[in-house]
Amino acid sequence: MDNSVGAAFWIISTVIILSSVLVVSLKNIFHCALYLILALFGVAGIFILLNAEFLAAAQVLIYVGGVATLIIFAIMLTSDLAAQKISQTNENRSISFFICLLFALSANVLISGTHVWHYRTDPLPDENVATIGSYLMTEFMLPFEVISILLLAAMIGAIVLVRKERS
Amino acid sequence: MIEFLSVLIYIGIGTAIVLLSFYVARLVRRHNPYRAQIVNYERAEQPAGLPRLKINLRLFIFALIFLMFDVGVTFLLLWAMAPGHLGLFGLIEMVLFVLILLFGLFYAWKIGALKFGPIMSKRSVRTTSDS
Repeated sequence: MDNSVGAAFWIISTVIILSSVLVVSLKNIFHCALYLILALFGVAGIFILLNAEFLAAAQVLIYVGGVATLIIFAIMLTSDLAAQKISQTNENRSISFFICLLFALSANVLISGTHVWHYRTDPLPDENVATIGSYLMTEFMLPFEVISILLLAAMIGAIVLVRKERS
Repeated sequence: MIEFLSVLIYIGIGTAIVLLSFYVARLVRRHNPYRAQIVNYERAEQPAGLPRLKINLRLFIFALIFLMFDVGVTFLLLWAMAPGHLGLFGLIEMVLFVLILLFGLFYAWKIGALKFGPIMSKRSVRTTSDS
């Protein structure tokens, strides 16, 4: 079991990294958006490997289903954008590549130099989505209802902003 | 975690069906493109103008409202997974949540943000006829 989880982790990480690189390097912005969806799906897979099922569901529902749809919608609505070839790099790319490499190396040194990692050893509740749900509906009832007001404010704000365009 | 294997298999089968149908279509179809085949289909008439035209930004509002309800659905999921839906109290709470969200949709409807079709204001009419 542990071995297969490790294999799944490596496969998913490879998919995430490859598709993320494609997101920032492809010339067609529509293809970039599609690879972004793949990368976000991969992150949902990592959440499942971590036993965080609610985060995985939220990732798929909000990021893949919502934000990615919004991005694709925006690309489709912008005239001619989906057919254009846009270069994502400029002449500074070699310098920035080395700076990123330096950052990755120093982060690697820091991570491998840390010997004490704090783990939580108590097991997760079996039904962790259900547990989050029942906490949210009882103990954190007020924040839960405030979320809906926040969403309402965001929705009305978006409507007002978009309508401002025409008047 | 092993139960997510079925999700993986499901995704795999879905992808395979799509790829297979593309492949079968490639095998079966004849490949001789002529002009009427490659022009854009537009109400069964000769196309007028380019297919990539300027679309009013107002349509973006549908995507935004969808996103808000999408976030709302995530919380509906939590309620649906909670043991016994937490009884009447949980139901009332969830109805309140959805009603507050629905108020936003009602607001959008009331001010006419959801209207499709020809746009009333003069400026918008000009931008759509430009394209």
